[in-house]
Amino acid sequence: MSADTDVEVLRRQGRIVVVGASLAGLRAAETLREKGFRGSLTMIGDEPYEPYDRPPLSKQALLGRARPEDTALPRRRDIDADWRLGVAAAALDRNAKLVRLANGDTVPYDRLLITTGTRARPWFHPEEAGLDGVFVLRTRGDSARLCRKLAGGVSRVLVIGAGFTGSEVASACRELGLEVTVAERGPAPLVGALGGVIGAVADRLQRRHGVDLRCGISVTALEGDDVGRLRRAHLSDGSAIDVEVAVASLGAMRNTEWLAGSGVAAGSRGVACDAGCRVFDVNGIVTDDIYAAGDVARSPHPLFDYQFLALEHWGNAVEQAEIAAHNMICAGPERRPHLWLPMFWSSQFGVNIKSVGVPSLGDRLVVAQGTLAEERFVAVYGYRGRVIAAASFDGAKWLGFYEQQIATGAPFPPEYRTVDRRTEALEPVDPDFPDPHLPTHGATVTLTGHSPSERRVVFVPSHA
Amino acid sequence: MTSGTISAQITDYANRADPYPLYAELRKTPVLREDDGTYLVSTYYEVRNLANDPRLSNDTSNRPSGYARPGQPAEETGLPPGFIFTDPPVHDRLRDTVNRPFGPPHSPRFLDDLRGELTKVVTELLDAFEGKDQADIVEDFAYPLPVTAICKVLGVPRGDEPLFHGWADALASSLDPHPGDDGQEKGQRARQELGAYLSDLIETKRRHPGPGILSALTPDMTPADLAATAVLLLVAGHETTVNAITNTTLTLLRHPDILERFQKEPDLAVPLIEEVLRYEPPVQFVTWTTALADIDVAGTTIPKGSPVWLMLAAANRDPRRFEDPDRFDPDREDNEHLGFYTGIHYCFGAPLARIELHLAVPELFRRVKFSGLLEDPPPYRANAVLRGPRHLPVAIDGLTP
Repeated sequence: MSADTDVEVLRRQGRIVVVGASLAGLRAAETLREKGFRGSLTMIGDEPYEPYDRPPLSKQALLGRARPEDTALPRRRDIDADWRLGVAAAALDRNAKLVRLANGDTVPYDRLLITTGTRARPWFHPEEAGLDGVFVLRTRGDSARLCRKLAGGVSRVLVIGAGFTGSEVASACRELGLEVTVAERGPAPLVGALGGVIGAVADRLQRRHGVDLRCGISVTALEGDDVGRLRRAHLSDGSAIDVEVAVASLGAMRNTEWLAGSGVAAGSRGVACDAGCRVFDVNGIVTDDIYAAGDVARSPHPLFDYQFLALEHWGNAVEQAEIAAHNMICAGPERRPHLWLPMFWSSQFGVNIKSVGVPSLGDRLVVAQGTLAEERFVAVYGYRGRVIAAASFDGAKWLGFYEQQIATGAPFPPEYRTVDRRTEALEPVDPDFPDPHLPTHGATVTLTGHSPSERRVVFVPSHA
Repeated sequence: MTSGTISAQITDYANRADPYPLYAELRKTPVLREDDGTYLVSTYYEVRNLANDPRLSNDTSNRPSGYARPGQPAEETGLPPGFIFTDPPVHDRLRDTVNRPFGPPHSPRFLDDLRGELTKVVTELLDAFEGKDQADIVEDFAYPLPVTAICKVLGVPRGDEPLFHGWADALASSLDPHPGDDGQEKGQRARQELGAYLSDLIETKRRHPGPGILSALTPDMTPADLAATAVLLLVAGHETTVNAITNTTLTLLRHPDILERFQKEPDLAVPLIEEVLRYEPPVQFVTWTTALADIDVAGTTIPKGSPVWLMLAAANRDPRRFEDPDRFDPDREDNEHLGFYTGIHYCFGAPLARIELHLAVPELFRRVKFSGLLEDPPPYRANAVLRGPRHLPVAIDGLTP
């Protein structure tokens, strides 16, 4: 039987299982049907809800402009799937080609797509994390609980970590008229994602909107009263503040534990796959029946030195899911690479922040349009003499242009004249990213590298 | 001189009724240099990218002397350029300010609240069709509605229309690259007179605030900036939506099968109106952009300082972007046309224009039973940029209440 007939049979009567029923899982399923997959489709999700959209949960939902329950993702088409919601996948058996569920059921597959995404990193101390008033924000349930708490009358909210989610929570709380303290371990908000130069702008923005921003500070302990309600937070500078609500915004953890022992290259950095979304096993051999997409996937990107990028970006989830779905039911030559240029946006304190490319790779930065002082600008990041990223505050409409500059490897710094150029000559500065050895919460791009100095064996084959 | 060149053919009135074959010819050279050093860009991706390119300026004072500088008011008018003819940061400051009383996030209800009054206008205009067996869609319907709408938005007395109509026309004509011998002069004079009229009105509003955005803006803008903005918005509101409504009517009457479907499926209005904006855009091309640096486009370098024309109507029919582009097809998916431009100069009035179109078009075709076009093609206005019929005579076979 030729590969082409295999694909034909698969398309007609194959069994495709999607583990992870969120944005990437849903878009992949829709793409499979759109491209003529007529076999059986099973959607497995640990949350009890049908796929919903997460970006509003830290924005409109907190402000009461949308209900967390009303953020179901719009459907592009009917996918005729067997939904297994509210039960998590517990293990993968590659030899038997089946997924074991937490309730003991097994689901066999011909092709498997892993879209299990990430979850919020919980507060490190389990007992303190369990206090009434301590929250994380990732799911619809998280958002609904936090909304209820904020609506119930709260004097001060502590946001732990000033990455994008933390900053958006702080922004929404200020808009609700609540007192907000933000504790950030790094030197400024957003510093992991955009560097210290832009972080200083975010810093000003937060303070001007009345945030009690404390940088270079860790929260060392959360203290409850005798009925288990949060009442005080202790900080690394020895001070303490009275708070009723703490939102731990400490970044995300990839949901890969269920793959332990399966032999696929999955770990805390995500599931490694090739440019076609095919998952590697621990030996670095590509599988041909297991695919990954969305936040949990990491794959090499040619524009960024073939570094393996794991991107927690909405747009990436959609596009990678479509590529994975296409490749799952196509023969070799028709397969497509996932070459998405990283892009994300945030809205906080009345400013639209957007970024393209990988700012954290940048070794130089120029403000190409506008000024930092006006908090309205486009900053361009260079890496070894070429444009690698751009970030804007209220300048998103220009980023399509810089996206092309990145894609074509345009020289850095950009010497040409543009509108809204405020200086005759551009003077590149160090974008001031924190030492990568220091932990931060802000990065939404994780570079996991492949250089010889990082050549470490971290996987233990299950049958060893 | 550009006589004999393709731009001269496009602006030649003889080609006004159907410029699309010329645009097709033009697209064979996506970036075409005219003898005088002006560059015409006509393919979709190239136009879209340039409209979003920060190396392209809308401030024509960046052009070397000797080139036309559309949008630059003569000194004696005492007015700065309207914000469409400015670059950031001036542009962003003006546009953000003007948007505050007009749209979200500060005024999300402003336009929506106009619906009631505009619906009444539509009803009255159509009631007047009673007993007629023919009508001129332009004079009787497509022109009065947008004028009323822009007057409401600005807070300009509707009754002054006979006064400012001529000025607005003359100003719009001066955007035409070949407006006739004294077109530029007439345009400057009209700008001065319209500016003076609006400055007086603004001064009155400063003392006695009333409804409309001019009143709301008096505390936040200098009198000169506000007058220049009012001139821009009054002319734009005046001279574009009329063409959009007329073009929609004309296109539907030329496609009876789609008209029949539309009468059975009112929901078709949304994609249908977007398709008209692709197929017959009211602003055919813009002549007021200038390269601030050498720009490589599709293998051609546009040198710094060159005037650049972005041919929106040609790009909207680029077969690389739109399958079977000369077909009017309301079922077209992913119809990201350039009818309202793109980038930071995306049409400020687009939400107002869409509201007007959606109130006017379905009601027109629900109530009026058409028996055909009396002239096809209809007589067109001289203007090649803001292109549309001067009159659209139609035969009518009855009116539904």
